[in-house]
Amino acid sequence: MLVFIARRLLLLPIVFIGVTLALQLLMQLLTPYQRAAAYVQSEQQMNRLDEIIVLYGLNDPWYMQYGRWLGQVVQGNLGYSRISRQPVLETIGQRFPATLELALFAIIPVIGVGIWMGTAAALNRDKLVDQVARVMSIIGWSLPTFVLGIWLLVIFYGWLGWFQPGRVSVRYLTELAGNPEFRNYTRMLTVDALLNGRFDVFVNALKHLVLPVATLAVVQSAQIMRVMRSSLLDALGQDYVRTAKAKGLAERVVTRKHARRNALIPVITLAGFVLIGLINGVVITETIFNYPGLGQWAAQAATNLDYAAVLGFAVFTAMMVVLANLLVDVLYGVVDPRIRYA
Amino acid sequence: MAETELSAAQATAFLKQAERRAGFWNSKAVLRFRRNPLAIVGLLVVLGFVVLAAFAPLFTELGRSCIRDLGLSASTQYDYRNPAKPAFWQAIFAPPSTCYQIPRQGFGTQPRTAEASETLLGTTSGGYDIFYGLVWGTRTAFRIGIIVVGISLLVGLVLGSLSGYVGGVFDNVAMRFTDVVISLPNLVIALVIVMVLGQSIDNLMLAIAMVAWPSYARLMRGEVLRVKEQDYVASAVALGRRPLGIIFRHVLPNAIGPLIIVASLDIGSVVLTAAALSFLGLGADVGYADWGQMISFARDWILGTPGNPLAYWYVSFWPGLTIVLFVLGWNLLGDAFRDVLDPRST
Repeated sequence: MLVFIARRLLLLPIVFIGVTLALQLLMQLLTPYQRAAAYVQSEQQMNRLDEIIVLYGLNDPWYMQYGRWLGQVVQGNLGYSRISRQPVLETIGQRFPATLELALFAIIPVIGVGIWMGTAAALNRDKLVDQVARVMSIIGWSLPTFVLGIWLLVIFYGWLGWFQPGRVSVRYLTELAGNPEFRNYTRMLTVDALLNGRFDVFVNALKHLVLPVATLAVVQSAQIMRVMRSSLLDALGQDYVRTAKAKGLAERVVTRKHARRNALIPVITLAGFVLIGLINGVVITETIFNYPGLGQWAAQAATNLDYAAVLGFAVFTAMMVVLANLLVDVLYGVVDPRIRYA
Repeated sequence: MAETELSAAQATAFLKQAERRAGFWNSKAVLRFRRNPLAIVGLLVVLGFVVLAAFAPLFTELGRSCIRDLGLSASTQYDYRNPAKPAFWQAIFAPPSTCYQIPRQGFGTQPRTAEASETLLGTTSGGYDIFYGLVWGTRTAFRIGIIVVGISLLVGLVLGSLSGYVGGVFDNVAMRFTDVVISLPNLVIALVIVMVLGQSIDNLMLAIAMVAWPSYARLMRGEVLRVKEQDYVASAVALGRRPLGIIFRHVLPNAIGPLIIVASLDIGSVVLTAAALSFLGLGADVGYADWGQMISFARDWILGTPGNPLAYWYVSFWPGLTIVLFVLGWNLLGDAFRDVLDPRST
């Protein structure tokens, strides 16, 4: 197992170098003045870009620039974001918890509903449940995040008025900003609200999460459902399931302990794809619901040509994805011994 | 006399041909497809969009500058609907770029309903005709889909077949690179690329192609590895053919089939990614017929008027419905194909 993890860990620097190299090559298409923002650390420096260009040799050959940039990135200097008027890493630090909160809340229905519906569909193959689940999954899978999000807003905000866009109502926003007693432990609002014993804030924040979470969950759970269904069908046809049934085990025990456990293995491999889907989805969902996370910031930065911000966001998400994949791989190895020893 | 009579050999050949043809329609795979109602629905939806895109000038009332650029005057302005006139064919096959500009019914900031604006589906803010934007946007969608899939197919094909055929270090490096690209969130990477290259539809297509090729490269590599082991390749090698000749004559034609099917079924998701970027404001200029932009218009009109909360429903409903139907059509088709082609499901 240790060898397995070590081998996976070795992949990390390779991916890091690949991603940063690709980004550096892209940056070469920019003018040195545009590139310079990726090195700057403060507003004052933004006004002295000529010095930055000389300091970091932004007219040197690209490989020399790459080395220097990599050095900066490793030290945590991702440049200065024009639109948020602070260093990129600082903005990421402030906004990431909100995005993480959204993603964590989305993962629960994605996995829960996906696995539950996939199991129900497979156990009732070709019956009504199966047909309904399949049609629902293909419709869910075809609903683009930006269409679903806007429709949900029109219905539940514009028409019914149940949920609002944003992260928390304005009155709480102003109150919490000026309230020294409300401590930000995690910067995830629902968690912080509970830790501070503010149930009103918790409920309010939770209500604001409903629509974006639903938007993210519908598309992703459809994917999980499809894989769960086919892999469970596969597992149900295996010899060990037949053997278990022949032994006279109860149907429930066979499906739960023998079939479903093995069927979950392919679903774990999907986790990486789900994460990518969530990151893609978060950029759009946060933009639609005016949710102050990383995705909203990145989308704004891209349309405002805030190069440092978007490049920093790309480096950060790439690292997140790689780390998550590493985690999934390890988990995969834990669940399935065949992978470990292969 | 001799001309009307069929020789026995001709008759057999004819019968064989007919058999082959019937064989195609009644083959197991096609039968499975034909018996799957969802697949038929998907096919019809996609074909519907093809018709809509191809005959866009016939479904819409062209704008003034488009009519001017088609070389039509006020008296001949409906010539583009007459198949006997050259303008008809020009409008279908090579419409001037101004035809992709959505005509504006007035310049008011508020959207107007179908009745108020005398258009089929209403107008968005700025008076852009929703129906026109959606119909001509179908053309944009197909163009994006086909070009992006074309480029990424080519990249995947070259890289995948080289990787599979050459093997060794090249294979290793190329596949690790593929792994890296495939493991990144494609929308984020496309976002970076479009921003750096500058905002336009061409750059949008380039950006999406640059993140879409890895799965094709992988698939192609696998197919090439499979075909490479076949006896006919071994005999070609034994006969002393040059490697390039073997790749082009023997390996590629036998490996390319699955790739083309998979890639063409990806048109739906490519269009989706393009629409998403364009929704974020990284696509075409304002007023260009493009689905992503049509739906981004809706962002400002979520709330209705006092007393009528759904006053602007049409601004978000029709563009959304169009995109959903398009993607649904392709997904149904793709699903059916996967079912048909999967050798495990019989």
